[in-house]
Amino acid sequence: MIMPVILWTDALIFLLVAITTAFALYARRKPHLRAPWRHVVCSRPGSMAVVILCAYIIIGLLDSLHYRLALESNDAGAETHYASEVLSALDALVGPLRTQTEKTYSAPFATHLFTRETIQQPEGGQTREYPRLKYGGRHLQNPAVDARADILRRSGVALAQTLTAGLAVLLLITLWQAHRRQQAFTTMLRTILKRRSEVPWLIIWISLSILALLIFLAANLATAYHVFGTDKVGEDVFYQTLKSIRTGLVIGTLTTLIMLPFAIFMGILAGYARGWIDDVIQYTYTTLSSIPGVLLIAATILMLQVYMANHPELFETTLERADIRLLFLSIILGITSWTGLCRLLRGESLKLREAEYIQAATAFGVRHSKIISRHILPNVMHIVLITVVLDFSGLVLAEAVLTYVGVGVDPTMNSWGNMINSARLEMAREPVVWWSLLAAFLFMFTLVLAANLFSDAVRDAFDPRLRQH
Amino acid sequence: MKQPLLQLENLSARIGTGPRAIRPVDDVSFTINKGETYALLGESGCGKSMTALSILRLLPQPHGRISGGQVRLEDTDLTALPEAEMRQVRGRRIAMIFQEPMTSLNPVLTIGDQIGEMLQQHLQMKGTAKRNRVLELLDAVGIPDVKRRYTEYPHQLSGGMKQRVMIAIALAGEPDLLIADEPTTALDVTIQAQVLELLQKLQRDTHMAILLITHDLGIVAGMADRVAVMYAGQLVEEAVRDRFFTDARHPYSQRLFESLPNVDKRDHALRTIPGFVPILDRDFTGCRFAERCEQAWDTCRIEAPSWEIATDHHHVRCHLEDRNINPPARTTRDDLPLAHATAGTGTGAPLLEVRDLKVHFPIHKGIFKRVVGQVYAVDGVSLDIPEGHTQALVGESGCGKTTVGKGILQLLRPTAGSVQFDNIELTQLKGERLRRRRTDFQFIFQDPYSSMNPRMRVGDIVEEGMIAQEIGNSRQERRQRVDELFAQVGLSPEHAHRYPHEFSGGQRQRICIARALAVNPRLIICDEPTSALDISVQAQILNLLKQLQNELGLSYLFITHNLSVVSYLADRVAVMYLGRIVEEGPVASVLEEPLHPYTRALLSAVPQIDQDSRREIIRLEGDMPSPANPPGGCHFHPRCPDVMPECRENYPGETGSGDHRVRCLLHR
Amino acid sequence: MFAYIVRRAAYAIPILIGVNLLTFYLFFVVNSPDDMARLHLGVKRVTPEAIEKWKAERGYNKPLMYNEAAAGIDRLTETIFFEKSLKLFAFDFGHSDDGRDISHDIGQRMIPSLAIAIPSLLVGLLINISFAMLLAFFRGTYVDVSGVILSVVLMSVSAMFYIIGGQFLLGKLLRLMPISGYDGGLDAIKFLVLPVIIGVISGIGSSTRLYRSFFLEEAGKDFIRTARAKGLKESRVLFRHLLANAMIPIITGVVVILPLLFMGSLLLESFFAIPGLGSYTIDAINRQDFAIVRAMVFLGSVLYIIGLILVDVAYTVVDPRVRLS
Repeated sequence: MIMPVILWTDALIFLLVAITTAFALYARRKPHLRAPWRHVVCSRPGSMAVVILCAYIIIGLLDSLHYRLALESNDAGAETHYASEVLSALDALVGPLRTQTEKTYSAPFATHLFTRETIQQPEGGQTREYPRLKYGGRHLQNPAVDARADILRRSGVALAQTLTAGLAVLLLITLWQAHRRQQAFTTMLRTILKRRSEVPWLIIWISLSILALLIFLAANLATAYHVFGTDKVGEDVFYQTLKSIRTGLVIGTLTTLIMLPFAIFMGILAGYARGWIDDVIQYTYTTLSSIPGVLLIAATILMLQVYMANHPELFETTLERADIRLLFLSIILGITSWTGLCRLLRGESLKLREAEYIQAATAFGVRHSKIISRHILPNVMHIVLITVVLDFSGLVLAEAVLTYVGVGVDPTMNSWGNMINSARLEMAREPVVWWSLLAAFLFMFTLVLAANLFSDAVRDAFDPRLRQH
Repeated sequence: MKQPLLQLENLSARIGTGPRAIRPVDDVSFTINKGETYALLGESGCGKSMTALSILRLLPQPHGRISGGQVRLEDTDLTALPEAEMRQVRGRRIAMIFQEPMTSLNPVLTIGDQIGEMLQQHLQMKGTAKRNRVLELLDAVGIPDVKRRYTEYPHQLSGGMKQRVMIAIALAGEPDLLIADEPTTALDVTIQAQVLELLQKLQRDTHMAILLITHDLGIVAGMADRVAVMYAGQLVEEAVRDRFFTDARHPYSQRLFESLPNVDKRDHALRTIPGFVPILDRDFTGCRFAERCEQAWDTCRIEAPSWEIATDHHHVRCHLEDRNINPPARTTRDDLPLAHATAGTGTGAPLLEVRDLKVHFPIHKGIFKRVVGQVYAVDGVSLDIPEGHTQALVGESGCGKTTVGKGILQLLRPTAGSVQFDNIELTQLKGERLRRRRTDFQFIFQDPYSSMNPRMRVGDIVEEGMIAQEIGNSRQERRQRVDELFAQVGLSPEHAHRYPHEFSGGQRQRICIARALAVNPRLIICDEPTSALDISVQAQILNLLKQLQNELGLSYLFITHNLSVVSYLADRVAVMYLGRIVEEGPVASVLEEPLHPYTRALLSAVPQIDQDSRREIIRLEGDMPSPANPPGGCHFHPRCPDVMPECRENYPGETGSGDHRVRCLLHR
Repeated sequence: MFAYIVRRAAYAIPILIGVNLLTFYLFFVVNSPDDMARLHLGVKRVTPEAIEKWKAERGYNKPLMYNEAAAGIDRLTETIFFEKSLKLFAFDFGHSDDGRDISHDIGQRMIPSLAIAIPSLLVGLLINISFAMLLAFFRGTYVDVSGVILSVVLMSVSAMFYIIGGQFLLGKLLRLMPISGYDGGLDAIKFLVLPVIIGVISGIGSSTRLYRSFFLEEAGKDFIRTARAKGLKESRVLFRHLLANAMIPIITGVVVILPLLFMGSLLLESFFAIPGLGSYTIDAINRQDFAIVRAMVFLGSVLYIIGLILVDVAYTVVDPRVRLS
């Protein structure tokens, strides 16, 4: 028995998914929207980025399906009680990663702890040695000898699995495309492999295969070893960095979702209505943007902290508390970042207002509301889209910085910022504990790089100015 | 003695790679002799600018390249020169001026610097010598107050002045050949006359050759020694000027002449060239003009014509000239249908009465946006348009003619004056009542590219007005009406499902006309509806407008700078200068016997094809003053060739006989 | 020109009032001074007397906006709003929650901040502009493509990794320079080299890419074609015609952040333990010293507005088309 838990951010994420799906369905019918998207997918970096982003998004979505487990009860008739710990579908999927905690630090693929401990010998006396890990390499008889072979063997299995899966995927892609284009299978295969297809299927297939390799490697190795080691309290670093994905995505997307309505509404209104409305809106965003972003966020988060410290009764679980803080962080980031888009939209609306097709609409007596919804809004949407995509990577990076400054996500929440923050001190240790940092770096870098490549492709496809060149 | 200076031999250029590469220049050969003016004539997209850029090896990078042939400057093959030596040719042997003087000068460098660096680069001049030469050059291109201009930046100059500076830059290297790419297209007609005259004078003085690229037959007639017509990347005809203007052989050249509007064609529909210039990204099998040519037969579609010699120095790329091929018997061309009575067809009852219309734009300055002045864009304009008539409003850019149109339609709220439409005062109407009235009067914009929302299907665009004015009860009914309208303007109903960018300029303008017609207006204000279009397409649109007027009894206010269009289309014409109408009357009277010196200058500045009737050009000095600060007295007096002392004192009142009125102290 | 600047400065006043009201609302209305006291003294088991004492020591015991107990003008001045918010306009920042003079601290800490910020900015500009020009010169070739990819990769790395990596590599492994710390006088240089290097490197990716787009934008303009048609050398086209125009957005983009350099870099200063205003801010946030945060918010806004005015002035200097009126 489980009880689904919908956190605030979960609800907003699902809202975002719904909006995106609706927009996708709408865009399918509009050639002027479909064509640029096609352009994005057809560019090589763009298609690669899409594959990577999809992988991250799937993990993030899985991690957003929260629930609480029912506690075992002997009394059959009694009311079911639920565990106070909130889990997610991702936790269920990666099961042992969460529960297999060691005592303290251990290096990647290690079978022994990273620090020596004093151990009572059965025959009396004490020795200082590196104790075996409880979970990492537990199945090995003689870790010093067997570990390497075991890791190689498991990697080999993963490779074989990848090959099989990769070929299957290639087969499916080719069959599908051959069917769609009414071509012979072999012709289609040749088109794809020689990179002559319009959508770069070869690149997509290679990206998918690399992704599959990583997943199979993780599946084979992470169950038996801590592939990225463990941290100070023995938690698996790989698990932490997987859990951090959701935090990064939430900051990157919800912030935008929250700020968009303001930015679009106010920006267009200011540009279209002009006059005193314009003055008020301009004043508002100049004032907000004149406060350095970090300080505004710091001030607000500090105040939130004070409020939460004084009202502990409002939050049932620590996760809920952390979640509210995450939501607030997104809101505040949204408040500091809507001004830029608002200014852009105001400028564009001012320009569009004088456009001849809007004058033509006025000459027909079309109402203002219709002019805004049918003429102005569709013609500024590319700016909105480009800004949204461009902002995403910046927001993911900002999370780390803010968390470091102490005004980011809750310290109990898994996030790359928290990982870096704690790893920073570990770098000073002798010998260095580097794996937390590496894990955070790899996962964060991949996401941000993919997002940047994606935003480049989107900008190329949607920015009419760039298309002319 | 003619000595060849520049020879193009089978020159080809490509933009892009792969099968979709554009081939704007395809196997072009011609020779320019020393000291002559060679005109390359063609419509937009025919490859004439790309030919010029190929000569200098300045094709847009990184996609453009010369893909074949040679360019020989005397004995050197320019296509084979190393880049460093090619730089010695650019500017020094061959100089070029461009169409857009506004953007062709570097905005952050002074005029002096931009001319001076040519002297430094090619003639190694420095210091005072350089400065003195720059001042000399500025003087030579007719720029007043050279010492001040030397240190000024391009934005401080008017368009005509900028083009003069461009010419000075070109002259600085003392080139043998000047390539002038549509040098006056962006300029007003009076300024165009100044610049063309300057070019002719300079050519006389320096004996340089000019490659003149233009779409304007009038300019060719006035300037060229020899003419080549370019179509779809190829030359289709080449001849000495006089021969070309008396005996053009290629059907395309002939059609170009016929599609020019003028007063003699008033009673006929204009002959047009159907379709539009093909996109040059494909292979052509037959003649490239075949699909638009009335005289084409099967051979034309299968076999590409060769460069035939019609007579001495007269080449034509047409099977009709090929002595080895016998064209099928030519069907005699029917004479064009008489286009209906030209005078207004309606009852003649006044539909629109504009009295003393003023549209002023306040100039705001400073933080508190104090009003520190006014732009007198329209400053007291009165007009009457009877039902079913066409009133033309003529003037140069910045004279306020578009503002008159928008002021009448209440797209801009007039500062003062009255606009009565069918005896209803529009300036007093507000909100919903004005909105409802908008069905009666419509606007057609100059640029058919920017006057349609790129995100809407054209069917929806046409339907939008009907929805707003609640015409048609159901969507089905409206759709049917859209189909009818499309048929009426010569488009097929299937077009309704496409987006604006899928149409050519002429087709778009047809859609804009359909959109205006959708709400059953009685008055349409056409703001330069053909100035963004090629000549052959312009004729199609003019025919359409005329035909619609006859069928529907529409009234037009036709805003334009093009006097030949006026002479063809309009019943009455008003000439505007600096926010006011200076002369108004029936077309025949105003164009044949202009009273106001400005009208006379304007008329004389229009390049004429007919060389016999070439009048002496009345040169206007300087540019039109700013409407924010009009000169005292008669606005025109600083430029007027017939200025009298009292012109500086008072703005002249309206005088004249009958229905031909003028505001000039000469005609008291 | 002067009149223009005066007018712009006047326009800044309503904005600063807005900032002031906003911070006042955030710091004193959302949470009462009592809440703050409780946060500092520990939420539980704190006596009302201790709270009153804490407030009295810091001047938070007055009414927010209107003092009914006082007489005359004091009714308005003997309030938190007047004491803590309005006095900011006189740059009277008051004392921090642990009793230090904020203005004095700011004055002292500005210098180390500038010592990092100015060299980073100048060196960074030089490097980024050179790289961007290089890419623009080779546009469309493999040099350009790989340069752009490298920029995207560089800008995808969080600044914190540059710092930690740089400290580890140059400081710990190679022992070329001290990992962190600061000293007065000329000794400061050895502590500043590493932060400056890292500051420059972390900005290369995004700036090079941005500047490249400025260059390409200008390279497509007609006047560049004119310059080539003049037969000028490519170097002259590039340096005289292209650079002069592309510098306009670059310079104005730099000028707007110039005043904010005083605020220091949060990350660099804190990681390298440099006593600048950046680390001052972070410390204040971590110690939850609201007085300092308030002061920095106000200071930041003032500097931002100065930046906006400077940009307008800069435009008139570098772009002959713009004239202030």
